[in-house]
Amino acid sequence: MIEEQSIIKVGMADLNVGSQDSLIRTTGLGSCVGLTLFDPGKKLAGMAHVMLPSSEIAREGQLNIAKFADTAVPELLARLLGLGAVRSRIVAKMAGGSQMFAFAGGSDTMRIGPRNVESCKLALDNLHIPLIAEDTGGNYGRTIEISCNTGVIFIRSVQKDPKEI
Amino acid sequence: MELFKNFKDFKMDVLKEVGNIGAGNAATALSQLLNKPIDMAVPKVQLLSFEEITDKVGGAEELVYAVFLRVEGEAPGNLFFILSPEAASNLLSRIAGIEISGGDELSEMELSALSEIGNILAGSYLSSLADFTSLSMYPTVPALAMDMAGAILGYGLLQFGQMGDDALLIDTTFLEGQNEIEGQFFLIPDPESFPKIFKALGVPFDND
Repeated sequence: MIEEQSIIKVGMADLNVGSQDSLIRTTGLGSCVGLTLFDPGKKLAGMAHVMLPSSEIAREGQLNIAKFADTAVPELLARLLGLGAVRSRIVAKMAGGSQMFAFAGGSDTMRIGPRNVESCKLALDNLHIPLIAEDTGGNYGRTIEISCNTGVIFIRSVQKDPKEI
Repeated sequence: MELFKNFKDFKMDVLKEVGNIGAGNAATALSQLLNKPIDMAVPKVQLLSFEEITDKVGGAEELVYAVFLRVEGEAPGNLFFILSPEAASNLLSRIAGIEISGGDELSEMELSALSEIGNILAGSYLSSLADFTSLSMYPTVPALAMDMAGAILGYGLLQFGQMGDDALLIDTTFLEGQNEIEGQFFLIPDPESFPKIFKALGVPFDND
């Protein structure tokens, strides 16, 4: 990666936004989904590291809205709009949502990756944001990085070749 | 997380002992498999954020082998046995006499052997815990993965994810001689298992 670019890190169950010349990165996505929103006109991007599909199952007192698909997507959109993004230009991409361990007769928890992906898509649909690319599923972890200049996501994993979406 | 904020030192000590007994038995099992003494670090019991947990194995992107078992029964939770790639190949060559054929990837045979070793160790960890607490705990069939630590451990944190952004981790490290085989056991009990574990051990849970 080019040294001058500043890198914004997004942790597990976290979200952040960045503008021109920065990269937003999240590492070690397994069943979690890395969802990005991008405004090509303003060169603004945001990324959420979504861990669970729905905040309905939350039993915590203070909700971490970045953790759940149904709350993280609207929040990420709001943050981008706050920075001056134009809503009609915003497009989404996502990666992750894999099934790390395959068990026979897996319980609901075991299917969390696909469920995260479904919930993210539903949340995008509700907000009428087009999903233009995805690299989801499989049984391996991913590290992703979005360029706030181009909206391109670089995906690295252990056993597969790097790719861009 | 409220549940753990008011855990007194005493309770942490009880959980340390839980880790100690489990890992002690697993270390003995490993020692018998290898036919050489295995040391064990004093277990650590820590309430950690998700980020800190992956940092414990070298960061979310660090490549690790992990045997994962879901613990079912009265005190459910997740159990991971984590090895670095070097430790995994050392373990294989010592136990099974398998010399790693080269390259980063293990063959199916090697993976299967590793999974079985993990199964034996985790089984002895769990059965000693079950004896100690008189709670029924039994493992699911082990699943082995080689991947980024964050991707693997994220899985064990899902139950905690519903409650907060931290998890309580009982962490034990094995050492053999000059750290040739260094493995870590992570036991991440489900949040609702703690009252059961404490009750089984005669520790009052509510009135701290």
